Order: sequence, then C-alpha cells, then structure tokens
Amino acid sequence: MAEKYRVTYVEDDGKAHTVEVAEGWSLMEGAVKHLIPGIDADCGGACACATCQVYVAPEWQAKLPPKSEMEDTMLDFAPDTKPTSRLSCQLRMSAALDGIVLHLPKSQH
Amino acid sequence: MPEKIVIIGAGQAGQQAVQSLRSEGFTGAITMVGDEAYPPYQRPPLSKAYLLGSFERPRLFLKPDSFYADSGCELILSTTARAIHRADRTVELEDGRKLPYDKLLLATGARVRKLNCSGADLSGIHYLKTIADVDGLQAVFQAGKRIAIVGGGYIGLEVAAVGAKRGLDVTVFEAMDRLMARAVSPQISAFYASEHEKAGVKLKLRTGVEGFEGNGKVEYIKAGGQTYEADIVLVGIGVIPCQELAERAGLGCTDGIVVDQNARTSDPHIWSAGDCTRHVGREGHEIRLECVQNAIDQAKHAALSMTGKPKTYSEVPWFWSDQYDLKLQIAGLARPTDTLVQRGDPASRKFAVFHLRDGVVAAVEAVNAAPEYLVGKKMIAEGKMVAPEMLADTSIPMKQLG
Repeated sequence: MAEKYRVTYVEDDGKAHTVEVAEGWSLMEGAVKHLIPGIDADCGGACACATCQVYVAPEWQAKLPPKSEMEDTMLDFAPDTKPTSRLSCQLRMSAALDGIVLHLPKSQH
Repeated sequence: MPEKIVIIGAGQAGQQAVQSLRSEGFTGAITMVGDEAYPPYQRPPLSKAYLLGSFERPRLFLKPDSFYADSGCELILSTTARAIHRADRTVELEDGRKLPYDKLLLATGARVRKLNCSGADLSGIHYLKTIADVDGLQAVFQAGKRIAIVGGGYIGLEVAAVGAKRGLDVTVFEAMDRLMARAVSPQISAFYASEHEKAGVKLKLRTGVEGFEGNGKVEYIKAGGQTYEADIVLVGIGVIPCQELAERAGLGCTDGIVVDQNARTSDPHIWSAGDCTRHVGREGHEIRLECVQNAIDQAKHAALSMTGKPKTYSEVPWFWSDQYDLKLQIAGLARPTDTLVQRGDPASRKFAVFHLRDGVVAAVEAVNAAPEYLVGKKMIAEGKMVAPEMLADTSIPMKQLG
C-alpha cells in the first residue's frame, strides 16, 4: 500500500474536511474519493475541464510543482481564479505536501 | 408513499443522475442496476493510462462505495434488466426480480460494434469498452508483440499510442482515407498520422479488413488484399446504442432511444441519458453523442426534469483524446461544409482548427492548445461571429478574441 498523507479541504462556507490521500494520487482524486463537495472534476483528471480548481494556502505555494502551460491556460479561463489557484487534478500527493490546506471556490462553473 | 426511481445502467450517466437527483432534493428511493461487476467507473482512462499501467483500478471508480450507501442508492450489479412493464411500472430483472418504479431512467450506454468477417470469432481478437476488456488485453499486451488495430478512430489510436510506448509492433488498419475521419478535420488527421508514424506505428489507410486466420487463435489478418502476421488484434470500429430494452417496451427508438430536450422518452414516466440516446441537439438536428459531456449533462437534465424543474438541454458538446504527449480537445459539432481556419503551426505541435458556419464559430479542434479550446467553446455557446483572419493571427491572444 502506498503511504497516505493528510489534506484539508475547506469549503467556501468555511467547513473543513481533513482526510488521508494516497501518495501519487491527485488532490482532485483525494477530494472525490472522500466525497468533498465543491470539486466537480467532470473529465476525471485529464486537465480538460477546469472544474477542480482549488486555492492553495500561501504557506504551501512554494512546495508545489510549477504549473504546466496547459494548467496555466485552463486556469486563465476558469471562474473566480486568484493568484493562488491551481487545478487539483495536476497536484500529486507526496510526503512534502503532508498537511496541505486547500480552499474550494463557491462554484466550479 | 415516497417515490421510487429506478436507474438501468451503472455508468457515468447513471452515477451523475444519482448525484443530481439528491442535490435537486429528491428524497425517495433510488435503485441502480448495472450489468457489469463494478459500480460506475470512468471509461476514458481505459484506453489511455489504465492500459499503460500507470493508473490503478481503484482510481477508475467515479465515487467511493460509501457514496451509494450515503445517497440511499441501492446498487444491483452483474445483473441485466430483462423487461420494462410500462402498464404496471415495473422493471423485470434477469433473475425474475421485479422493481416497481414511479420514474425510470435508462442509462444503458452503448456496446462495441463487432466484426462479422471470417475468423472474427478467433481468440486473440479484442474489443475495448470495459475494465474486463482491458484486463484481458493487458495480459497479452507485451513488448515485441505484433498488434493489428482495426479502426483508426479514438480508441484504435489511443491504443496504438500506448502500444508504441510499451514497445509493441503496431499496425493500424483504417478503411477510410484518413484517421479519425468521422470526428476531426483533415488537418488534424494529417497531423496525427505523422505523429503516429514518427512513433513507429504503421498506418494502412484505405484498407478494409477482410478476415482473420489462425489455428484457434488469430495469427493473420487479411486486409486490402494482403495478409499480415498478428499476435493480437484490437478492434475499435464504433459503438451501437443499447436500446433493445426500450425498444421491446415500445419506446420510440431510431438508432438510439429518442428523448426530448428534457431527456424524456415517449413515455412520460421514463427518461434516458448518455450514449444510448438520440436527441435534438442545440443546432436543431437529431444527434447521438458518445461522450462524457453528454452523459453528465443529459443526466443532470434528466434529474432536473424528474424533480419537476425541467431545463432545456443545449450544452456545447466537448470531447478529448490523449495520444502520446498530445492533448486533443474538441468542442462543438463540425460539418463538412464549414469553413476551416487554422491557427498556429502543426510543426510546433500546438495548433487549432476552427470551423466557421456563416461566420460564426461552430466547432474547434485544439491540439495542446487550451486557450483556443476554451475560448472557442465559449464562442460556440455564444454564437460569436469572428473574422477568419483575426482567428488565424497568433499574435492576437485568444483572450482578446473571446
């Protein structure tokens, strides 16, 4: 079994869910697996729909891999983006991200 | 008595319907019946990451098992529905069980079209639609093996790309004169042909398959008047809507279960969503869509209608295909009479083809070009008119054009 690490997803209304996500899984998959409301992920992680946007808490920004050009442009056109926006399907769980906090937008559409 | 909703089919549309029925406030009983052994899962990765082995099976499932329990949805798997008795509103299962319903959703999907040429029943001839299909293919999908792929569409080409990456000797046989001919413009076909050839895939266009030979197991494929050796055959020649259950119940079917813009069939108590349906599209023509987008959006509209909040289904269809490091994203439905505008240079492996109809953007095909895809999709939804020379000018950012 892959190692599991903690992720906290915070809904738009402030409700927080701390769950464990297996190493190598995307943070989108972690949300879907634990039925976190607010992540639609229509395309299932193919970076094709931009419906898995999250806002990454500032202290975690530096630990993330840089955005690919595809992710960057998909985000350009997603609703309610902020400088801290990422597509959670492009972020892989790892020991370095143990404890990461992600805030969810009000809507993905 | 609380209302009972029965869903036949446990795929993407069925799962979305359960989710949407609950989010729209339906509090009655839901039962979902599926003929596979698995709860709803994503099919797109099957011919991509799952076949490649970089995506484990648990990741395919659309929801954890607890979702169905939490949603109060009873799952009946590995079971086929035998009949719909419309007069007394019950569904009869193959084991004789009868499920009463107040409202019924048919989300039966599609099944692969099979070859019926000589030797088509030999072992070693694979199709790709289910987890079980890919598990069967994977067992023999080894470096050095010669795989003959029948059909140069999405499935065939995605498998070709995975095969080339895994070191198989890949040949694609396509009866038409170009790849993905039903789905994309000639520019895109030509680009993908050159990418596959660069990866070592042999393409046999205008080459219809005549039959297979072998001693119990396939050894040769006969195509275009020639005979080729093959260890494995993968057939990807399209799908057929699963409409028999609806047809036997007397529901309107014409190459798909006919539904209105609220996903309702000719019976007011029965809805249908996903690959199995035929509906009048946003452009006023009857269409049958085989894609995740239609499964999701039509199921959402079915749920809205079932809960008394009907909304006209007019979403722009979208599709994608992953081959090698290329992401093909398509929005809208092209027609052969559209004016094509190319933006960007295929040699840069990043370009798009726009389809204009009376000056309005009707479809876009984008290769590694997310802005073109996203702005294009928005333009289609808005019926935006745009000058072709501006669209072709890559010095003008897409954002400015949208």
